[in-house]
Amino acid sequence: MSETLEIRWHGRGGQGTVTAAKVFADACLSGGRHVQAFPEYGPERSGAPLRAYNRVSSKELRMHCPVLKPNIVVVVDATLLDAIDVTEGSPDNAIFIVNSSKDPKEIREKLKAKPSQKVFTVDATKIAIENIGRPLPNSPMVGVLSKVSAIVSLDSILEDVKKSFGKKFSQKIIDGNIEAVKRGYEEVREG
Amino acid sequence: MPKIVAVTGNEAVAEALRQVNPDVCAAYPITPQTDMMQRFASFANNGKVKTEMILVESEHSAMSACVGASAAGGRVITATSSQGLALMWEVLFIASGLRLPIVMPLVNRALSAPLNIHGDHSDGMGARDCGWIQLWSENGQEAYDNAIQAFRIAEHMDIRLPVMTCLDGFIISHSIERIEYLDDDAVKNFVGEYKQLNPLLNIDKPVSYGPLILPDYYMEYRRAQAEVMTKVNKVVRDVAKDFEKISGRKYGLFETYRLDDAEVGIVILNSAAGTTKDAIDALRDKGIKAGLLKPRLFRPFPYEEVGEALKHLKAICVLDRADAFGASYGPLFMEIATSLYSHKDKPILFNKIYGLGGRDYLPDHAELVLNELAEVAKTGKVKTFKEYIGVRE
Repeated sequence: MSETLEIRWHGRGGQGTVTAAKVFADACLSGGRHVQAFPEYGPERSGAPLRAYNRVSSKELRMHCPVLKPNIVVVVDATLLDAIDVTEGSPDNAIFIVNSSKDPKEIREKLKAKPSQKVFTVDATKIAIENIGRPLPNSPMVGVLSKVSAIVSLDSILEDVKKSFGKKFSQKIIDGNIEAVKRGYEEVREG
Repeated sequence: MPKIVAVTGNEAVAEALRQVNPDVCAAYPITPQTDMMQRFASFANNGKVKTEMILVESEHSAMSACVGASAAGGRVITATSSQGLALMWEVLFIASGLRLPIVMPLVNRALSAPLNIHGDHSDGMGARDCGWIQLWSENGQEAYDNAIQAFRIAEHMDIRLPVMTCLDGFIISHSIERIEYLDDDAVKNFVGEYKQLNPLLNIDKPVSYGPLILPDYYMEYRRAQAEVMTKVNKVVRDVAKDFEKISGRKYGLFETYRLDDAEVGIVILNSAAGTTKDAIDALRDKGIKAGLLKPRLFRPFPYEEVGEALKHLKAICVLDRADAFGASYGPLFMEIATSLYSHKDKPILFNKIYGLGGRDYLPDHAELVLNELAEVAKTGKVKTFKEYIGVRE
């Protein structure tokens, strides 16, 4: 990991993207790390494209502005690939994680990713429907991110999901989300 | 043991207020302050604090209720943003004129029209001369720390004035960052018990608040109020020293960053200071000797100390996140110009207006300004003394 890891999330309103960024930040706190998680606030409408950001660093994070050169880009809704340029500002060693049932190679072509950039896919919506009963792909995406970023263990992510969801939801929903995170972690494919 | 958490600025300030456990809170919701007061109202509702919540129909009423409760003898809080502060305006002067140590976090937001809910300093700057003490905060940690220190400053026997603690709307209020919380007991002991000097509810010693004072004494009253302001500076520093003992975090009247050996400098408030510090590091590597001064105590403004800290520079750019229409320069610029006025050899000063209504302030903006500063220091010539940056012309 370079000194500061910067992540940009692309999702649509109502998919839990902002919550995912928060859960990830919280899980990264361990080991004395500094973290940031913040959404880009526009008109908040269900289904509208939104961005959220994370920064994780061993140093104090002083920068208070959007992430412009993301090390990792997480695309929670693949329909956004036709609507916006998710590769904007991404450096040559950037990593893309896309929620899609498609083969990662196909997504790589669609993104026009450089050979030095990595592309991962996971069918997070399917995992969510099977485990949570609703198309909320944020939990599997957090699982994938924990694996791909390799800066936080699956266990601390799971702990955090329990903590974040525990206050608001039933045990059934929490268990479903835990399973969804695990499956995201396991089922991610690189291409 | 301090607790390390990842929370928003609003959440951190609400936590500080819970730890202080004030007697009365009168508040009205307004974005981006809303979730701070919503969290605090939950604390009150769930018995986490003993605070009596007064839910009012407007900010004018919120501040009026605060004035009443504070005069009665309580430790009193509220919080607001933007239009809310504007609606309080009349009562802000009453709170300070009556010497009531009300504490109010202000989540800075742009003013209408046009309607905008995002981070901007126009609200706080509009209230700069209302007799309140103002502390400004770069991030969630500072917002939390300032909220706690505000009670000690406000309630100090030499002061007894209201304090507003400013944090940037959304950029800080709604962003999650790593924050260290103090122990409940540490905060409780730090702020101590509050005793109102002249409580209205003490029937053994009747007092009057807010009587009519005609030309025969009004001016003496105002003169006394001006005198109190001169004592704030020392109290802020003393409280900061005590706060360092319990937190390990240092605070002063302002923060300087790589300023001592700098040739050029930026003066900037709140969250944009952090982004600027990173840009300064980047340009220092390229040989530009730049530094930064970030005011913390904005009212009363520590003119003498700020002037001393800046006088050695060749050129300074003051960045304002608010404009003062018709005043030629932004409000922070005017304070910095005043700070340097009495010095014989002054740095060259110029002013940029940035980030209005939540417009992003990016490292590129800071770097442009720093490069321009280096050029001005070299040539002694300024192209434009005031201009907007990050704007479509």
